[in-house]
Amino acid sequence: MAFLLTHLPILPILLPMLAGTLLLFSSDSRHGPRLALSILALLAQFAIALLLLAGSDGRLTLPWTESIGVYALGGWVAPFGIVLVVDRLSAIMVLLTATLGLAALVYSVARWEKAGVHYLPLFQFLLMGLNGSFLTGDLFNLFVFFEIMLAASYGLLLHASGGPRVRAGLHYIVVNLVASLVFLIGIALVYGLTGTLNLAELPLRIAALPATDRALFNSAAALLGVVFLTKAAAWPLNFWLPAAYGHAVPPVGAIFAILTKVGVYVLLRLGVLFQESGSPAPAPFGGDWLFYCGLATMFSGTLGVLSSQSLDRLAAFLVVVSSGTLLTAFGFTGTLLTGPAIYYLVSSVLGGGAFFMLIEMAERNRRVGADLLAISQEAFGVELHDEDTPDEQVGVAIPAATAFLGLSFVACVLLLTGLPPLSGFVGKLALLGAALASLPAAPLIHTGLFIAALLISGLAGLIALSRLGIRVFWDMARPTPHLQWLEAGPVAFLLTLCLGLALLPEELLALAEAASRSLYDPADYIGAVLSPVRGGQP
Amino acid sequence: MALIFSLAIGIMAGAGIYLLLRPRTFQVIIGLSLLGYAVNLFIFGMGRLQTGVPPIITPGSAAQYADPVPQALVLTAIVIGFATLSLFLVVLLAARGLSGTDHVDGKETDEN
Repeated sequence: MAFLLTHLPILPILLPMLAGTLLLFSSDSRHGPRLALSILALLAQFAIALLLLAGSDGRLTLPWTESIGVYALGGWVAPFGIVLVVDRLSAIMVLLTATLGLAALVYSVARWEKAGVHYLPLFQFLLMGLNGSFLTGDLFNLFVFFEIMLAASYGLLLHASGGPRVRAGLHYIVVNLVASLVFLIGIALVYGLTGTLNLAELPLRIAALPATDRALFNSAAALLGVVFLTKAAAWPLNFWLPAAYGHAVPPVGAIFAILTKVGVYVLLRLGVLFQESGSPAPAPFGGDWLFYCGLATMFSGTLGVLSSQSLDRLAAFLVVVSSGTLLTAFGFTGTLLTGPAIYYLVSSVLGGGAFFMLIEMAERNRRVGADLLAISQEAFGVELHDEDTPDEQVGVAIPAATAFLGLSFVACVLLLTGLPPLSGFVGKLALLGAALASLPAAPLIHTGLFIAALLISGLAGLIALSRLGIRVFWDMARPTPHLQWLEAGPVAFLLTLCLGLALLPEELLALAEAASRSLYDPADYIGAVLSPVRGGQP
Repeated sequence: MALIFSLAIGIMAGAGIYLLLRPRTFQVIIGLSLLGYAVNLFIFGMGRLQTGVPPIITPGSAAQYADPVPQALVLTAIVIGFATLSLFLVVLLAARGLSGTDHVDGKETDEN
């Protein structure tokens, strides 16, 4: 046990890798054991993530004892070897990944997992890439985990195949491949100028840069920023997102809800570390650029939400809006908004994931051809005809399916538009409060723009969701859908979690605040990583 | 050497970007691979251009060594780039098969 606790930070990466490899080499005919292995691996990841969070929050004594855990891979100390770093923020993100992954995986057991090959191993590899991106403390290692995550996401996006999906996937892959190449150029420039790729050592080296190299470094940072803004779906780099997310199969769409947040997370982390070097963070990582970029993203997402003709695209644009909100909050003057923004991130990822799964269930038995939702019919045309095949009845159908769908839809609307009493409201209220609280320091125009954008995007979401909700749920001629516990359960689980988030706002906001405080104290991060005693742990 | 090196990177990157913006999937994949080569050379160049020096520091000649880190980075980048390009090739073929055209949008532009 002590051995496992010592090696806890590497487990969120090793476990999905091992599970994925086993799944890859096991025969498709052993269906039951494969499913059991996948779900067990996710449950274990969930437990590990909980332990990591408890450890980094100081509630549990782990070998690293302080708030920042450093794991030196192979025992090579920090500037030379690659390290994994666990602080509150990365632990929260890993826990969020495991939670969403668990719900999406259980949901896909009922139907979607069988729509193509290698779904289960790809899912594990996606989680491995996500966890690695959150935990790594090395710039090039971040690139590698990004690529693992993206390679798995290419496969998952094309899951169940079909024309529109392949077309959307083609665009998604090209955009991400180009972004990866730009990422490499940025990394190479950073290494060429500073001679290090370690995130903790970077600020020290930047501070020592001669003034002549500073411009070159800023352009390297701008290149990196462009990459992360592309992943975070910031305007004008987000045109690939609605098609890709809207066409992915529902459980994949659900887990993709966290993919954009990886870009947001890296922007935040690198921005803080760049700031530590003594001068303001270079262009896209902080300040006005990020703020206005986020505002433009919120605006374009809101326009998309209002103009969406189908729930799939609407859900994708809601992801854009939540990304924009986070970017705006992180770009806001001062650090007061970051804590509430982390809370909002958790709530919007859980709500968005639930929404992606819910809309597929809600649209399942819609009358063919009698609606405006032509795009979704085309996308799901492949699956429509196998609706009645007997092998789909994995679980037991639940009673009162329509009531469940309606209630969940209302809950999702409340979450995603930020209406009381669910956690979306708490998050937005805390954001508004923090924006007002930072008023004397922040320009009035920024506060005004932020509050207006937050309220307008919520209102637009409400209008669009009510409009489409009426069309989907108050359709008299539509038969009652058959829902299984395996499908309804994960959605209910995510929504209950959001209710939990809303019931314990003080504790969780305090945790988010603590995460933000330790994030904005990069000296602690740097000290933890570069100290030979603590960093030298095997 | 520096001039030839930078010209090679520039020409490949330029050709790659041009091809990337073309409407055919085959042009896009060739453009991506050219751009990948340019980027790999660029990473390599970030270790400073030197020939005939070992990648380890020997006592007495600390300045005369080839930085091994960019070489390791290039190796990783080549492997990852190769894997993702082959994956893209499969998607390209699937798109060609499903849509009947090699246009990146899956339909010819003069039809809409």
